[in-house]
Amino acid sequence: MDSAPVRITPPLSEEAARRLTAGTPVRISGILYAARDAAHKRLVAALDRGEPLPVDLRGAIIYYVGPTPGAPGQVVGAAGPTTSYRMDAYAPRLIALGLRGMIGKGDRSPAVIEGMKRHGAVYFAATGGAGALLAKCITASRVIAYEDLGPEALREMTVQEFPAIVAIDAAGSSLYRSQVECGR
Amino acid sequence: MRELPVKELQAALLRLIEQATFDLGGAECAALAAAAARESSAIGRAILADLQHNAEIARAERRPLCQDTGVSVIFLEIGQELHLTGGDLAEAVQQAVAEGANRFHLRKSILDHPLTRRNTGTNAPAILHTRIVPGDRLRILFAAKGGGCENMSRLAMLPPSAGREGVVEFVVRAVRESGGNPCPPVIVGVGLGGNFEKCALLAKESLLRPLGQPAANALDAELERELLTQINATGVGPMGLGGEVTALAVHVASAPCHLAALPVAVNLDCHSHRHAEVVL
Repeated sequence: MDSAPVRITPPLSEEAARRLTAGTPVRISGILYAARDAAHKRLVAALDRGEPLPVDLRGAIIYYVGPTPGAPGQVVGAAGPTTSYRMDAYAPRLIALGLRGMIGKGDRSPAVIEGMKRHGAVYFAATGGAGALLAKCITASRVIAYEDLGPEALREMTVQEFPAIVAIDAAGSSLYRSQVECGR
Repeated sequence: MRELPVKELQAALLRLIEQATFDLGGAECAALAAAAARESSAIGRAILADLQHNAEIARAERRPLCQDTGVSVIFLEIGQELHLTGGDLAEAVQQAVAEGANRFHLRKSILDHPLTRRNTGTNAPAILHTRIVPGDRLRILFAAKGGGCENMSRLAMLPPSAGREGVVEFVVRAVRESGGNPCPPVIVGVGLGGNFEKCALLAKESLLRPLGQPAANALDAELERELLTQINATGVGPMGLGGEVTALAVHVASAPCHLAALPVAVNLDCHSHRHAEVVL
């Protein structure tokens, strides 16, 4: 990576999100919300019913992760990103509410990217399969909703210097498209 | 007739689960190092360095290599001269898988039904395949199969007119269209021939071969080389962010098929290629 990492501490303003460009490495410190498909489905169902969400997503970053429980003495065991496209059906609703960032792996749908451009949100890629390495950046983790979902529960995680890269920025520029479709 | 208590199978299976979860294999570590040395993309090299570092942390701190500790896929090759004693074989396997998930603090990733989507809470049941073979030994092959790469797998019943070219095109397209989703650099398991279910099984079994070991059949081995070259020319790269290393290996396994058919299956495995085996 050619540039020095940008340090990010959520909540993130729209202006700060729009300043980030695809290809920029970042180090995130502070609060992330961990949610996968099942938790997203419940969040959107709550919105459909007009109920309040268990978490304030304005300025927030969601990490697409379902960690392993961790041995005694470990906050979590392994906690790398899961594949993001499975959240594509839900993400635009949350972005419209003010969700500012998502961390996962793999490309996103045109609808998600359209939402990111309109509302000013960023998609970060973390290294898939680096679950042991990334777990060491997590200093606290607690379930805040949907405990019955087990590994898919909604969690609040505190992270320190969590490494990721801006994969798709709020202007719609994407590492996936620029590098893969053009044959690099 | 040789007797083997199922308890010994359970103990061996627990050792395999532990090994696959925490200790990336020597061939896999060497393949990541070789990939890092030849990758020209800076982002790609950084990812490959992360993955090598991740393997070191997993081994030293006994953290799972990946939070998706997977569905347990188990192949038992049971010698026909062997008598398994002391309980129901399938039940013993499922108990050991659940015990492993508890003992090694694995993620419980198995749901009781695809539509109810209730977690079984035990990481069981495993996918269990058994085969009767000559002899009096028991061979156990274990794989921890992640969901992300399994989701990118596919099967086609090609028309025979598609030929070898059609097979190559189908496999390369499967990897290219998967992009970063299956956690590249991937290991590509290809099943060729058989029928619908046999073809998928061939693809899965090919993943359990030692990494990069060429197929015994010369036609299949040649196909492996061509597929690997073409897949690494797609530009998908580590984690789909661009680069030259999209696959670490391609394994092809073939079987006879019906004259009307040309079945081909692609079963992808992520770089966290977790498998282990033992003979009792």
